[in-house]
Amino acid sequence: MPVLKEETVAIGSDADVVLVRQLVRRRAQELRFSLVDQTKLVTAASELARNALEHGRGGEMLLQVLQDPPRSGLRLVFADQGPGIANVELAMKDGYTTGGGLGLGLGGAKRLVNEFAVESTPGKGTRITVTKWH
Amino acid sequence: MAVSLTHLPRILERHGDALLADWIREQLQAKSRTGAIKEGELREQCAEFLRLLREATAKGGTSDVSRPEFEPLRELLANVSRSRGVQGFSPSETAKFVFSFKRPLFMRLREELGRDAVALADETWAVTELLDELGLLTTETYQKTREAVIARQQEEMLELSTPVVKLWDGILALPMIGTLDSNRTQVVMETLLEKIVETGSEVAIIDITGVPTVDTLVAQHLMKTVAAARLMGAECIISGIRPAIAQTIVHLAIDLGNVITKANLADAFKTALDKRGMAQVPGR
Repeated sequence: MPVLKEETVAIGSDADVVLVRQLVRRRAQELRFSLVDQTKLVTAASELARNALEHGRGGEMLLQVLQDPPRSGLRLVFADQGPGIANVELAMKDGYTTGGGLGLGLGGAKRLVNEFAVESTPGKGTRITVTKWH
Repeated sequence: MAVSLTHLPRILERHGDALLADWIREQLQAKSRTGAIKEGELREQCAEFLRLLREATAKGGTSDVSRPEFEPLRELLANVSRSRGVQGFSPSETAKFVFSFKRPLFMRLREELGRDAVALADETWAVTELLDELGLLTTETYQKTREAVIARQQEEMLELSTPVVKLWDGILALPMIGTLDSNRTQVVMETLLEKIVETGSEVAIIDITGVPTVDTLVAQHLMKTVAAARLMGAECIISGIRPAIAQTIVHLAIDLGNVITKANLADAFKTALDKRGMAQVPGR
């Protein structure tokens, strides 16, 4: 699938989470995503960026603009070198949290996008890929 | 590393006026934003710079700007770059104040020492090092000035962005705007709770029309605020939930079931008035 454009944003602080949201929103607007889809993707990005920051000790987001005529899409890859997720199935479950949050971030993010994949190796890090099609 | 300046003080002494004229011409020709500074002001700054540079190099004779004899010159440069930072000059435009002095000065050096290649090379190196140091100093001060401006703006935003307004007797409204990170939410929560006590309000409307993204963290902050207000005897209504935000909240499976939510501030206000009305009637 042709990738039109690639950008990387480092996630090292709260301010970077804001930057991630702004970039994702801008790209989603450029691709003429509907307002609801923009909001969904931005919210998913916000959840995953914060996860990378809080659980993964920071990381980065790779943003890809995809072209698969007639549709276009945005793929976001969040990668960190943190402790990884021991039990992915459990982590995806609503209400399960290790950080004192609501425990809805990961499962919620999955429901907000079209494609969702988690690769995690304990001790090595986590890589979460989400795609939203338009 | 400090290098000794053998000829510079003498050259500054002998050609001071000519150097000043050349330097100012150099800066006016660059015409980046020098127009924004009055020529008189520029002339004054340059003349002062030359005078202090002459004094400092005559006293110490080295290019080490951290020495005490350079103190007045460092202060002058700090003032110049601070004022330019405030006027909105770019860092390179600010640094050019010093760097633009190189050409006129090097031309004089060549005239004076042209026949002695070794002396010319040595002196050029020493002068370059000196001016580079001074140029970096302007950039550093410039940076600090801008950082101070940013810090002040952040403080102001923190204050500005959390106004709690009284809509009616016993009804407060908190229009939230922008990103809700932990710092701001903390301030928002404190301000709201204080106002509730201060005004003895029973209903507080938190309007999130101006909040671009509601994710689980923002929702959690909101719910904590609502819970804290409830402990103090006040009911919170969250208003300004736009259609896109509503759908997102549903997908995130955030349970706002025990919080009253409304699409806009007007509806929330009506609900608040009803609540007040009903609360008042039995008492009368």
